[in-house]
Amino acid sequence: MTSLRRVGAVTAKEFAHMSRDRMTFGMIIMIPLVQLLLFGYAINSVVRNIPIAVVDLSGSAAARVITEQVRVTQVVDIVANFDTPQEAEAAVVAGQIRAALVFPENLAERVAGGETVAQWLVDASDTMVSSALLSLRSMPLHLEAGAPLDAYRTTVPSFELALLFNPERRSEVNIVPGLTAIVLTMTMILFTSLALVRERERGNMELLITTPVLPMELMVGKLIPYVLVGLIQVAIILGLGRVIFNIPFAGDLASLMIITLAFIAASLTLGLLISTIAKTQLQAMQMTVFILLPSILLSGFMFPYDAMPVPAQYIAEAFPATHYIRLIRGVVLRGAHAGHMLPDIVWLLVFTAVMLTIATLRFRKSLD
Amino acid sequence: MTDLAIQTTGLTRRFGDLLAVDSVDLAVPRGQIYGFLGPNGSGKTTTIRMLCGLLTPTAGSAAVLGHTLPQQAEPLRRQIGYMTQKFSLFEDLTVTENLRFLARIHGLPRLDRENRIQELLERYALEEMRNRLAGAMSGGQRQRLALASAILHRPTLLFLDEPTSAVDPENRRDFWEKLFDLSDAGTTILVSTHYMDEAERCHQLAILDLGRLCAQGTPDHLMSALEQRVVEITGPGLRAVKETLMQLPGIESAAQQGLSLRVLVGDKVRAPVNFLRQSLNDDALTVGAARANLEDVFVAATRGEASS
Repeated sequence: MTSLRRVGAVTAKEFAHMSRDRMTFGMIIMIPLVQLLLFGYAINSVVRNIPIAVVDLSGSAAARVITEQVRVTQVVDIVANFDTPQEAEAAVVAGQIRAALVFPENLAERVAGGETVAQWLVDASDTMVSSALLSLRSMPLHLEAGAPLDAYRTTVPSFELALLFNPERRSEVNIVPGLTAIVLTMTMILFTSLALVRERERGNMELLITTPVLPMELMVGKLIPYVLVGLIQVAIILGLGRVIFNIPFAGDLASLMIITLAFIAASLTLGLLISTIAKTQLQAMQMTVFILLPSILLSGFMFPYDAMPVPAQYIAEAFPATHYIRLIRGVVLRGAHAGHMLPDIVWLLVFTAVMLTIATLRFRKSLD
Repeated sequence: MTDLAIQTTGLTRRFGDLLAVDSVDLAVPRGQIYGFLGPNGSGKTTTIRMLCGLLTPTAGSAAVLGHTLPQQAEPLRRQIGYMTQKFSLFEDLTVTENLRFLARIHGLPRLDRENRIQELLERYALEEMRNRLAGAMSGGQRQRLALASAILHRPTLLFLDEPTSAVDPENRRDFWEKLFDLSDAGTTILVSTHYMDEAERCHQLAILDLGRLCAQGTPDHLMSALEQRVVEITGPGLRAVKETLMQLPGIESAAQQGLSLRVLVGDKVRAPVNFLRQSLNDDALTVGAARANLEDVFVAATRGEASS
């Protein structure tokens, strides 16, 4: 009985702690809520609305009819039209579209002969996306008004697919470059958010603010070592990825360096902002988890970005990891240059500037 | 232009409903060791933080080394040293790493830097533990390191917030010797304490209680103001005597110290010794005047009847 009373005392005390720590209390509510919404609503492993382009070399009515039938499957979303397959391929490399549907000049003859009517150029680095497109390969086409649904049924598939960048459709090809974004998000944000909070907890901050050091000097000085840490981590992941998983590196090192530095800067300044908000190291860690979760789930790392509903895509855009995953897959897998993907890079740099400004404004050299 | 290092008028700080410092008027002369005496929560730390420019006063004005606070806090930082109550150096850095970091932050020229660090290591007996982690040092060693860090950049004004609270008496005496060396070299020192013996060493003293300045002056001056008001009683049954005394009008406090009872009599009472003899009317008790000490000053001051 006395044992039970003591357990009761400890339990009551624990509830009291919980009610004092508003952050923990918030996490108790927010984590299931956010997870539920993410998994139930945003994350969809059935891929739809893949952005594609159409290249019609035939200029025929048949092409328009077939295009329309592909469109109504809702698997794809036609966002552009190009005149040549080369332009379409460049758009795939730059990440504007995931695939292109190319109709050959002799489309009419092919239709008459019951042959394969067109070719898909598919960015196969994401296996979920390429699977969805592969499902269209043998779709029955319906070429004459009034004809039965499977009138155009031949022994050959309707489309031919050219799988670019990852012809064996290995999932690790897509995962490993994306992993750099997750690892950097985790370590960069956590390290910096803890660094400043730790000094406040240990009382070092009272010493620092009586010195002539300026907030911006303190912040930048603290971040520089972690830039190196981040670069080492990326080198390890991509280096081992190449050795162990045979991940190709199609791009150039300069582009990799530019996008990685931009992302590291964005993550570090985000961590810095957290450290000006969090009062304890535990709170800093909780806030990091709060950013890490959507970075893993919404960024396109685990589930295709294109498969998410539009509101979820807007939310995903807010996280630096989403932009970096797009960038690093482009550079590593598709050989894209940094210049091809300027919007994402600019976004990361603007994010960095905004975060650093807010963090510096929030960090005052006083104890008020 | 002025021989005051610190001058404040009506310095006030509120934290929500709490009035931590209540219109304090200070005048700290240059080159002196000036003590803040007060119990925990009396506003010593808050006052020091305001004078360092770390906290913005809610009301009142402060001029420190000619700089108006809080507007000119940044130039002031180059001229002051602050030793915090809690050890605030980096525990996972060594003694020299800590000192080097601060020397660079304070912008000491490269050549001067190493010389100055060496000088301080020798002066504060840290030479042998120069490569020891700050976190692995004893209370006395940490305190010497903290002092060395606070004066690294040769400040003209030094704030010490309860510097001896984690230190044994031997080290405390040693520490005060070092403070007198600094004072001798021209540094103004403002030191807070709740030890009476330390307060007695200061050139001048301010007694703080509940955020208010209760008394200010030299220790001697403060003690002589209580002349004739402190009475010592020895004899049997002192606990009962104390009970009786506390019923009498004009008795401010009575505290037992070993075999005697130390009584502080209010300044309205004339001839306190006779007054007590008559009131107690007990031949077994010896009643005599005693020399006032700082504790008496403190008790008298915090009862709101201080003379300055």
